Amino acid sequence: MRKASSRTGRSLLLLAPLLVFLIAFFVWPLFSMMSQAVSDPAVLRLLPRTAEVLADWDRKSPPTTPMQTALMEDLKAVNDDQALGDMVRRLNSARSGFRTLMGKTTSALADTGNPPADLVSIDKRWANPEYWLAIADALSPLTDRNLLAAVDLGRNSAGNIEHLPADQSVNRVILVRTFWIAALVTFACACIGFPYAIIAASLEGWKRDLMLAAVLLPLWTSLLVRTAAWFILLQEQGLINDFLRWIGLIDAPLALIFNRTGVIIAMTHVLLPFMVLPIYSVLITIPKNLMPAAASLGAPPWRAFLRVLLPLSLRGVASGGLLVFISAIGYYITPALIGGPGDQMISSIIAFYALGSANWGMAGALGVVLLVATLLLYSVYARLSSDDPGRR
Amino acid sequence: MAEFIRFDRITKFYGALCVVENLDLGIKKGEFVSLLGPSGSGKTTLLMMLAGFEQPTSGSILLDGTAINAVPTHRRDMGVVFQSYALFPHMSVGDNIAFPLQMRGMGKAETGERVKRALDMVQLSALSDRRPSQLSGGQQQRVALARALVFEPRVVLMDEPLGALDKQLREQMQLDIRDLHRRLGLTIVFVTHDQSEALTMSDRVAVFNKGKIEQIGTPRQVYDEPTTRFVAEFIGETNLVEGVVETVQGREATVRLPSGAQIVSAVSGNVASGQAVYLSIRPERVDLSETRGEARNVLETEVTDSVYQGDHLRVQLQTAAHPLIAKLGRRSREFLPGTKVYAAFSAGDCRVIAP
Repeated sequence: MRKASSRTGRSLLLLAPLLVFLIAFFVWPLFSMMSQAVSDPAVLRLLPRTAEVLADWDRKSPPTTPMQTALMEDLKAVNDDQALGDMVRRLNSARSGFRTLMGKTTSALADTGNPPADLVSIDKRWANPEYWLAIADALSPLTDRNLLAAVDLGRNSAGNIEHLPADQSVNRVILVRTFWIAALVTFACACIGFPYAIIAASLEGWKRDLMLAAVLLPLWTSLLVRTAAWFILLQEQGLINDFLRWIGLIDAPLALIFNRTGVIIAMTHVLLPFMVLPIYSVLITIPKNLMPAAASLGAPPWRAFLRVLLPLSLRGVASGGLLVFISAIGYYITPALIGGPGDQMISSIIAFYALGSANWGMAGALGVVLLVATLLLYSVYARLSSDDPGRR
Repeated sequence: MAEFIRFDRITKFYGALCVVENLDLGIKKGEFVSLLGPSGSGKTTLLMMLAGFEQPTSGSILLDGTAINAVPTHRRDMGVVFQSYALFPHMSVGDNIAFPLQMRGMGKAETGERVKRALDMVQLSALSDRRPSQLSGGQQQRVALARALVFEPRVVLMDEPLGALDKQLREQMQLDIRDLHRRLGLTIVFVTHDQSEALTMSDRVAVFNKGKIEQIGTPRQVYDEPTTRFVAEFIGETNLVEGVVETVQGREATVRLPSGAQIVSAVSGNVASGQAVYLSIRPERVDLSETRGEARNVLETEVTDSVYQGDHLRVQLQTAAHPLIAKLGRRSREFLPGTKVYAAFSAGDCRVIAP
């Protein structure tokens, strides 16, 4: 017993670097992204006294004196300008007008020579319960507004979920666009990758090695380099347009860059290995004599393909498709460099929220939406691929 | 009977390597012909060319008088049974057998009827809905056989179909296939490297060596009357003894062995006096006794070893010039090493082979 447990201890020790790595660089970032998406401490952190008093409020009647006093005390105690800014931004996004109201209130409170009696005397808007309602709603440490906003939903003043107005509804369009581009890229990869894998698997020796190397080589090159190469190739004066004009196929250059076509060409190229390799690995496990057997039983080549090779290789196509699709919905660099403004995908929006506007909550929520979509797809795939007991 | 399949001066090169060389072979309708030979002798290549998987480099293949070189495999109407079965793993047993019928556009009802009959024929009716991976090797081979026969092909080609089965199952399948051949009047071309399999099943055996047919004949002919040293050694076990022809009289020749003994032996090919030849003496045709006896050919030998092998006793002997092996029936008495014995055999039990 003792010996066994010491052996377990030793194997855990060997695993420790891996576990530490996974927790530090995988589990923790994932967890913090998801908690960013739903946590909302900006208001509660600064207004602890108000939170206590507001818990007894009926959400309808005009603000009472204790409520006003508590908020005044809270605001006087704030000495962190950045935290105050965060809170104002948060409140303003729930009820516009908070920015000016808070600015006026804090400067009035800062004037120690002339202390105000209550908040309503600073600004009449404080008598309006709607502002207090906004504060009360923002006091909860957890929120679903980021997640809802990620799919263009929001809560109205009554707390019901409804569509955001059209001028704020961009995420859903971009999500649909992201899935559409990913689907097109997956389709293009399957159309090119499937025949390619069939040819590679049917060859032997150096020819097969050459075909596989041609697929793998781009995989070993930096994504940025490959995208930059497409940037050069697809230009109006680029190699492709020059060549097409030289052979007389076109008169005017084709618009291949800063549009959807260019994004799909470049992404298909970048993601092709993820389609070819799974299909290839399935194809080489299919016995070589099945196609001759089908022919000897009277199947013309195309029927033999449809009845034998295609059903046997579908698993490879499905896993390749899943890999490509999941990778494609997270693409950022390629659409950013090759695409136009109408081709930006969800990752660009995430990057905008995370880096551009420091709205970590929104960035996290969109990330969660992507993660959920990916997990859903994967579970569908797992269900499909385990459905068939005859094949292993 | 007229020839059904004709290989006419077939040559096949893989790159610079010649696998089949200027080969002629005719097969009659309803005949069971085995192509027997070591691996690399060209027998499988010949079968692949007949099936249409390979094209001959030169020469033509005729089926029922028509050249079929340009006919693609799927229109040749030949059932092929592969060594590794080649069943479709994603289809049930029934669907596998229905496949060739569906390819021929046969209606559902008749397909079902024929599949049922084919399954009955190979005694697998209960397993119609199973996947091939759920069957044993022998069952899979029966399915492959049923699939190759269900569409009543003009010729059935078998490429070492029993190679992956264990000995007992293999012998059972040999008898089953032989029985099917007789009952259905099939024309079967059977590739094997197992000489006992070829002898058991075939009407005729073609012995392949280095891309050529060394000898073709009934099992009895290739075993009892080998015409070349390769055939004598490849089929069964034999004693090969060098000697010189002294006289030839009709179908018999007198051969002087290095030990000085004179042997009278049957002759298959053409030999002349003074020619150096081999004598092939089958071990099971050799009798041992302590007295000289009446036989025409008698060699003085000494026992060097004797091994009991259940169904026979294998005795190793040494004559003055060469070793000799005798296989004796199980009723034979023991021979102790060192015993002097006479090895006797008739003229018909040995064979002169030109080197």
